[in-house]
Formats: sequence, C-alpha cells, structure tokens
Amino acid sequence: MSARMPPRFRPSNIVLTLLAVLLALLGLTMTGAARRSQQADRAAADRALVRELGLTDLSLFTEARYGRHLSQADRHSAFQDHPAALEHFPSGGLLPPPPHLAPDPR
Amino acid sequence: MRASLERQKYLIDYTLASLLRRKTRNLGLLLVYTLLVFLFASVLLLGQALRREAATLLQDAPEVIVQRTVAGRHDLLPADWLDHLRQIRGVSEARGRLWGYYYDPAVKANYTVMAAPERPLAEGEILIGATLARVRGIGVGDVFSLRAAGGPPALFKVAGILEPSSELLSADLLLLSETGFRALFQLPPERYTDAVLTVRNPREAGTIAQKIALSLPSSRPILRSEILRTYDAVFDWRESMTFLALGAPLLAFAILAWDKAAGLSAEEKREIGILKAIGWETGDILRMKLWEGALLSLTAFLLGYLLAWWQVFHGGARLFAPVLKGWAVLYPDFRLTPTVELRQILVLLAVTVAPYIIATLVPGWRAAIADPDAAMRG
Repeated sequence: MSARMPPRFRPSNIVLTLLAVLLALLGLTMTGAARRSQQADRAAADRALVRELGLTDLSLFTEARYGRHLSQADRHSAFQDHPAALEHFPSGGLLPPPPHLAPDPR
Repeated sequence: MRASLERQKYLIDYTLASLLRRKTRNLGLLLVYTLLVFLFASVLLLGQALRREAATLLQDAPEVIVQRTVAGRHDLLPADWLDHLRQIRGVSEARGRLWGYYYDPAVKANYTVMAAPERPLAEGEILIGATLARVRGIGVGDVFSLRAAGGPPALFKVAGILEPSSELLSADLLLLSETGFRALFQLPPERYTDAVLTVRNPREAGTIAQKIALSLPSSRPILRSEILRTYDAVFDWRESMTFLALGAPLLAFAILAWDKAAGLSAEEKREIGILKAIGWETGDILRMKLWEGALLSLTAFLLGYLLAWWQVFHGGARLFAPVLKGWAVLYPDFRLTPTVELRQILVLLAVTVAPYIIATLVPGWRAAIADPDAAMRG
C-alpha cells in the first residue's frame, strides 16, 4: 500500500512532521526566552510603583470596594449595605472564604 | 533501527488510512477533544500566571499595614498612632497613607484615589491610570472634574498618565497631592486612611503585629505574607470553581471517548480478525491501536494547549474576562508574563492523553488475542 506512494508524501511523514512542529512550539512556550528581558523590565517598573505608593492589590476586580482591595477589606465589607444584606457582586460569588476559616490554615 | 522506524511508519500509514475511513466521526472527536484541552489548559495557565504575577508584583507591598477599626469596620487612623507605632521595638519607619474610593456616576465606575507624596504634584493636578484615561476619554492637559465632599465640583488638571504596562496595578488609580486629597474629601488634618510600617527584620513582622494588636486593641495589622496568601487563595479558589463548572463537559467527553474507543464496532473487530488471518501479530495490532490513540490524543492535546497558551498570553485572556470582570467598568488591558511549568503540562497530559490511549488499547488487545475466525465472525 505505502510502497506505491512517493516516500516524501507518505501520510506518516506528514503527520510526524506536524507533530514535531507542534512539539517544538510546546518547547518554545516553556522557554519563552525572547520575551524574558522585556518582561523583566516591566516587572521592575511595576514593583517600583508598588514600593513608591505602598500598593497592596491588583486592580483586577474593580466593581466593588472589597474586591478592588481584597487584602484590605474588613470581614463584613461584602455585607455592609445593611444588616443581613446579601452580597450581590459577581466577584463576591467567586471569592473564597477568608483563609482563617479554612480547616487547615497555612 | 532503520527497519524498525520504517515498520512504525507503515503502521502509522495504516492507522491513518483506518482513521480516515471514519473521518467524520474521528474529526468530530478531534475537535471536541481539542476544545476540552483548550478550556482546561486556559484555566490552568491563567490561574498560574495570575498567581505568579501577584506574587512577583506584591512582594514589594508594605511589610505591615495597620488599620483602625470601629465596630468591626475600617475607620480613619489618628496621626498620634504613628508616633505610638514608631515606639514599638523592631519598627524602623511608620507613615500614614491617604487613599479612598470615588464613585463616578458619569461612567458608573469606582476609582481608587490616592495621595502620592513622592510625586511633585500641585494641589490641582492629578495623575491617572491608563484604563481610567481610556474609559473617560481624557489625556494629558485635560481638565477632570470630581464632585468634592463639600458639594461643588473640584477641577483637576491631568498632569500625566501612568504607564499602560502597569495597568494590572493602576487601572483605576487617580493620584493627587496630599492637600488635594484632603480638600477633595474634606478630611480632617492629622487623620490618615491607614499606616504602613517598615520593620528592621521581616521575619519579626508577625511578632510586631501581635505587639501592635496588644497595645492598640482597635487596630487591625495586615502582614505582607497575608496579602500574598490572600491572592494565592483567590486564584486557587477561582480555578477550582471553573474546574467544577468544566466537570460536566469533561464527563460528557469521557463517555463519548470511552464509547468510541472502548466499544469496538463489529466492523473494527472483523478488521482485526482479517489482519491476524493475513499474518499480523498481536504485537503489531497493539502497536497500531497505540498509534491510533496516540495520534488522536496527542494532536488534540498539542493543538488545545497551544491555542490556550496563545489565548492567555497573547489574546489578553479574553475568554475569561467576563468571569474576572464581573460588573466592573474599569478592566485593565494586561499582558501576563508567560509562565509554564513542566508539572502543569504533565498533569494535563496525564488527565487528557493517558486515559484515551488506555481506552483504545484495552479493547484492541481483547480483540487481538481472540481467535481470528471468531473475530471475523464478530
């Protein structure tokens, strides 16, 4: 069956070459050498900003105050509108319980 | 060696021809498989990259932060607390921070307003984060109006925009001078939002926090290690929640793949029987089945993983933006530092590729050890 085909265009050659290319790309994602120095510069600038302003949190969840400064919010801030107020922000639904409530605090 | 390689290539040729005979079914399976690996790899890579980003950037956060609480709620801190804090053994510096929030009804967004004493800003000048500038459509030299606590609008001139590369930290930041901050919020002098401490020996931070809690009972000390732990827990939790949500599609795929791979059709059994009758050995059939499982699952794994990597690190993780964004108006445009751990890849490989290969091999082996005559009769 295969002996009749020209060797270069054998399906196995094509598929193995494709897999080799994909594996090489996987290897590249692990090294990422090209971007390293650029990223290091950016991280240094960001860390300088953190030091200068005393920043404590990432500005990922800006919808609610307790989400914006997760580490600074007091334990009741998600329920602060009135007693028994239910937390309603989407971020709140995805926030974990505080670490001290975990069974095995690290 | 060369003969052995050639033999494997013939087996691959045969396997591919066999897969292509049922191409709609196998291409469909490859597509679903790739999509599943893509989703799992995206969650894994994003969670890891965010954890790493938080750990890298926040390692320079203040060592100890002291808040004052009243009835369990955060309250302003009197300036004389700073002197008290400086007296505590091990504390080398204590300074008050001024920061707060401002809700802008124009864009329905919360800003983080902060006094930046180290920046040479006049009372009427501000620096703003790049996301804020983009959402409000303003630039350097423009006038920005904020409603002061006293009532009349306070006008500020935009003196600069913070580096867009730092959006993950400064998306909603609005920096102004201390006098400007106090005037905007009508904050009494000698009052601060909280205090940040520098300690001589960072390993003593926990002991210092205990001393602070004892000497100032209404204080709440927050350690840098707690900040870092909070972010670790947040991303772990979100990752687990997403994995739970992905559990249903994973189970559906497991059933589909098991049905496809484990239950050999009568046609496939007859094929194996014919192969044995014309002289194939059991080992050849197992190798052929191994190639069948490996080619499909490895291709799906590599394609899914590479697409996920591109999406997370070059596509701005847009797929998961709605989960992270919630109702937020100000969402930073950030590029995460590509971080990939070998352990992650191995876990993903073990969860996605290995079960499929086993599910292909076992029924193939059962059919291969049967009598060719019985196999051909189905």
